[in-house]
Amino acid sequence: MKASRTKERVTWTIISVLVLIYALFPVASILATSFKLPSDLTSGKFMPTTWTGSNYEQILVGSAQELFLSSLRNSIGIALIATFIAVVLATLCAYAIARLDFPGKKVILTTALAVSIFPVISIVTPLFNLWRNIGLYDTWPGLIIPYLSLTLPISIWTLAAFFRQIPWELEQAAQVDGATTWQAFRKAIVPLAAPGVFTTAIIAFFIAWNDFVYGISLTSTEAARPVPAALAFFTGASQFESPVGAISAAAIIVTIPIVLLVLLFQRQIVSGLTQGAVKG
Amino acid sequence: MASITLQNLVKQYGDGFPAVNDVSIDIEDGEFIILVGPSGCGKSTLLRMIVGLEDITSGDLLIDGQRVNEKAPRDRNLAMVFQNYALYPHLTVFENIAFPLRLAKGKHTEDEIRKLVTDAAKTLELTDHLERKPGNLSGGQRQRVAMGRAIVRQADAFLFDEPLSNLDAKLRGQMRSEISQMQRRLGVTSVYVTHDQTEAMTLGDRVAVLKKGILQQIASPRELYEQPVNLFVAGFIGSPSMNFLPATLEGSVLKTPIGNIPVTEDKARAAEGKSVVLVGLRPEFFEDASLVEEHKKDKGSTFTAELTHTEWLGNEQYGYINFDPDPEVRELLNSLAADMDADELRPQIVVTLDAASRIRGGRSAELWLDTRKMHLFDPETGENLTRDAEAGAALTQEANAARAEEISEAREREASTAGQPA
Repeated sequence: MKASRTKERVTWTIISVLVLIYALFPVASILATSFKLPSDLTSGKFMPTTWTGSNYEQILVGSAQELFLSSLRNSIGIALIATFIAVVLATLCAYAIARLDFPGKKVILTTALAVSIFPVISIVTPLFNLWRNIGLYDTWPGLIIPYLSLTLPISIWTLAAFFRQIPWELEQAAQVDGATTWQAFRKAIVPLAAPGVFTTAIIAFFIAWNDFVYGISLTSTEAARPVPAALAFFTGASQFESPVGAISAAAIIVTIPIVLLVLLFQRQIVSGLTQGAVKG
Repeated sequence: MASITLQNLVKQYGDGFPAVNDVSIDIEDGEFIILVGPSGCGKSTLLRMIVGLEDITSGDLLIDGQRVNEKAPRDRNLAMVFQNYALYPHLTVFENIAFPLRLAKGKHTEDEIRKLVTDAAKTLELTDHLERKPGNLSGGQRQRVAMGRAIVRQADAFLFDEPLSNLDAKLRGQMRSEISQMQRRLGVTSVYVTHDQTEAMTLGDRVAVLKKGILQQIASPRELYEQPVNLFVAGFIGSPSMNFLPATLEGSVLKTPIGNIPVTEDKARAAEGKSVVLVGLRPEFFEDASLVEEHKKDKGSTFTAELTHTEWLGNEQYGYINFDPDPEVRELLNSLAADMDADELRPQIVVTLDAASRIRGGRSAELWLDTRKMHLFDPETGENLTRDAEAGAALTQEANAARAEEISEAREREASTAGQPA
């Protein structure tokens, strides 16, 4: 009995380590690369022979600064706005879905699902033409709108699942206890709904932050280009120099906020995701 | 403290279905009223109409003589305990109980709130748990927090919506007696919804039996048990439930599937003119004939029947007798079972026998039947033909007097303990 349990634990540990290595190796590789000198890039070694911060210097204060910092600004702004709009709309929508019985409820949920599984690449070309005609090409709204199509469906689904679990009887209990309708909502329901809304916001932010296809296709200048797209435009110091080091440094910098968010809120994210998975 | 008056209350939903139909009840100050009935009978809806969570379609609701139909729940000053407790999961036990006090802004100082909450917690034995969240409490503790939220404010009445149905059987019994004692101590008007007859019979000063939104009878538990107004009430109250046997009257003898039962003149008169009546016999009216004392024997009748099986419970045993009714009667019994939320009623008679009885299943046995308390029902209207309204009213009167006495005693005790230094 005891032996089998130890054996089981060892097996699981080995599997976990293997998965961890598989998942984290690319990140570690990029991290190592971001500290390499251009001459070191083709050395074939994993670790840099001499550690240097020149890549970070280049993108933050050096020649690529303009390209990187403006795209960072675009990414943060666009992702935040898209998240905010998605969460506000999804909250209202999910509230209606969870609380009210109205015709077409099923249709809304199915449509949301259909939109979220629609292949992005097939929409990009018509969108490119349309955006150029109506002047949204290479603007913030030009990216925020398609990002909403990515973030809204999943937000609606997770929030609807979350709202369904809220015991709405609390609202009535509060009213009997002497609360007005608004007080009942604010004091009994909002504190319970807040974690769900917050989790949804984080998930929506990731989706918008990580997008590449829309970012590269619907922008052309620094006016709206987000980081994932901008990375492709990095050049080395001369045309003979590979920009891989600078790209790696930029990749590390844009990964940091995501890693921080996940580490800080991992419990909420997991519960939010599983709620959607089990109850949706 | 307040009286509550329901005058011809009707609740009609959008599809025209009346969930509550013309219900009138006078609830006196300090009275404990139970609303009971099978699921879907409108008892919870009625309670929610009183507290203001459901609109009243027509009729008047008066609290202390004042019409409150249009008042919001918060203006009615009633406290309610919900079936799933409805505790605020993000607040501690202390804050849960303090919630209604904090909502009444400016009425209480922080010190007053602290005192009121700790007092309530002490009565409910929650003092050790005040800083915990409801999620970490057991079912019984949660139930007590919900009660605490009700008693902490000076509500005019308590409303309970099946408060014990989520607890296990043992705890339910304990909480039942706690609620009963608390109600007497506080002397506060209470309305309690349940589908559990034990709760209905033990807690209520008066019990209102509802069926499909219509009030069937409101009376003390004893009156309901001994003088039910119709077939439904008779069958719903009591466990195991009353046996119904089809019978035809010939002279002063009722011919039933288990034999002939001689009846008294007044009962015979009540059944006159009906081709078939239903005889209502409670299981405890039966006894093993060999165990009945001689002087009692001629107060009932003796008959022979074959028991299919018996169940020995220690203090008593149940015996089962099958009988084969006409299809018409069978139909009637089935529709009665459907009304009462039960499965198809098998045409069998349940009898309660003394634990010492040697009667066993599969053999014919001699049984004695106490015919004094039996009732005759009209199979078409369900009406009780032999109900003695006066005797019933006397029983309810008795219960009312007992309640008044208990409350005044409890108040005296309260006053005397309050007068003494602790």
